[in-house]
Amino acid sequence: MTATTKVIRKPQRTMADQSYVIELVKGLGVTLKHFFKGTRQMVTGTTPDLEKHPYADGIATVQYPEEKRPYAQRWRGVHRLTHRDDGSPRCVACLCCSTACPAQCIYIKPAEYAEGDKRRGYERYPEEFVIDELRCIFCGFCVEACPCDAIRMDTGYHMTALDDRASFIYDKAQLMSHVGQDGTQKSANPRHEPGDPTHPGVTRLHGGH
Amino acid sequence: MFWIQAFVKIALIVGVLVNMAAILLWVERKQSAMMQDRIGPNRAAIVVGSMRIRAAGLVHSIADGIKMIWKEDWEPTGGDKLLYRLAPIIALVPALCLFAVIPFGPTLHVSHLRDLWSPEWATETAGTVIPMRIATLDVGLLYVFAVAGAGVIGAALAGWSSNNKFSLLGGLRASSQMVSYEVAMGLSLVGSFMIYQSVQPTDMVNWQMQHCWGIFVQPLAFILFATSAIAETKRVPFDVPEGESEVVAGYFTEYAGLKFGMFASGELVEVCTSSALLVVVFLGGWQLPFVQNTGLEFHYLGIDVSWHWAHIVVVLVGLLTFIVKVLVLVFLQLQIRWTLPRFRYDQIMMLGWKILLPLALLNVLLTGFGILFINGFPATGAMTP
Ligand code: SF4
Ligand code: SF4
Repeated sequence: MTATTKVIRKPQRTMADQSYVIELVKGLGVTLKHFFKGTRQMVTGTTPDLEKHPYADGIATVQYPEEKRPYAQRWRGVHRLTHRDDGSPRCVACLCCSTACPAQCIYIKPAEYAEGDKRRGYERYPEEFVIDELRCIFCGFCVEACPCDAIRMDTGYHMTALDDRASFIYDKAQLMSHVGQDGTQKSANPRHEPGDPTHPGVTRLHGGH
Repeated sequence: MFWIQAFVKIALIVGVLVNMAAILLWVERKQSAMMQDRIGPNRAAIVVGSMRIRAAGLVHSIADGIKMIWKEDWEPTGGDKLLYRLAPIIALVPALCLFAVIPFGPTLHVSHLRDLWSPEWATETAGTVIPMRIATLDVGLLYVFAVAGAGVIGAALAGWSSNNKFSLLGGLRASSQMVSYEVAMGLSLVGSFMIYQSVQPTDMVNWQMQHCWGIFVQPLAFILFATSAIAETKRVPFDVPEGESEVVAGYFTEYAGLKFGMFASGELVEVCTSSALLVVVFLGGWQLPFVQNTGLEFHYLGIDVSWHWAHIVVVLVGLLTFIVKVLVLVFLQLQIRWTLPRFRYDQIMMLGWKILLPLALLNVLLTGFGILFINGFPATGAMTP
């Protein structure tokens, strides 16, 4: 068995390369071209619109607080709890999300609706809903797990820098105050309230099985 | 009168140079930004009422100055306090002093301000004459080498007195680099001295006005001198004395506040000075093609234009020409700084001693032969002066 060898020749530098002067002039040409292009764009105000063409040639700076590059539709930001029509959380305190959470950073204290509430027996509600955003790894499993579309990460906020850890522990009120990128606090998915004709009517307490 | 003249000129030159350093700081930031598809600094603002004046980032230079003044002036313990404080001064002052012999415009004859130029003035000594340079020294450009050499001391002292390993290494590198390149720098000008038959910058400009720009008779020397001048400023690609990746910030690692500012602005002033030197020796100084002491003279290709200017116009055009030439060279130097990667230390030494130095000597030899060839070989015995 003969090994096939491939001889890679060292690049031969010519005298011109070696003298560096010609190459220097070439390099200056490249940078000067860029310089004049950039200056022309700045002076005439024709810097590329990075919102529409994020990878366009030319000045690539986003003037952050004034200009923002939009996040992708499915970008995972800070969580929010979606609202029902009456403003209460859609969450039914099923604990799917806290079970799915690999970082175990969701704490939910479920509670039964009061006697006489038409939702009692059909579903529970979260008395407390706490997410430790410092522990969260922004994997989005909670969103995937939720059967009610009650938790979402479509706020478009990234975590801000705060100077104490307690501020990163978001409670129910905080999570419910967040607004989605579409500007609403609801979810477009339909919701079937107990008593609606579309509601399956199966309950833990009143079910026939 | 002489003293007033001198003081006004010194104040003017030093003021311009120091402010140039601040402006070049801005130019450098903006230029590199444009080159790298960035915007560059533009956030610092002077707030007037509800207006925020950003002046395209120029305010950053002011902010930097204020910051340097108010920064804690920390000094390393165990270092040599006196030398530590002297070093930045020794680094900055020679850079400023270099300009003393550089002529920046044609001589102004006060008594003839309203007249057209007349040939008699060339020999006339009567009347007030304002030469556009601070000092007229017999040693001429040799003064430049003497003073530029003193800049090494600043860097070396800074490295030594900081009581820091990295500073010391940076100081060592700075001194070896500057000493090496001074040799090549001095020798590269010998050819020009031979051709101009003078070490006086004013004579050089006059020669170039009568014949042609120095870059055409000494192209090799131009490249050699420009290279070693850039090396002397210790900026990229020759910035091993302050190589961030190896020796933190080199010889000025331990400096803060205005002391650091003196090193930083010294560098930028050196950029201006070396550009001015290049302009005087190789690019015709304040001279524009076809512009003589009398005005525009164009007698080529069958076209004859003789447009006489008043003396004051000639002087102003000369001043402006000089400034523009220097600014163009400064721009190119900054561009080189942002184009080339840094050389390794051994490459710098090799370039200095094994390439630039022999080439400079070769240039002297070739120039000598060239002069002999053009002037004809002198008869035996005529060599003695
Ligand atoms: S994104 Fe992942 S880590 Fe964060 S709360 Fe949801 S499941 Fe937990
Ligand atoms: S957010 Fe969704 S998954 Fe989590 S407890 Fe509420 S309903 Fe269940």
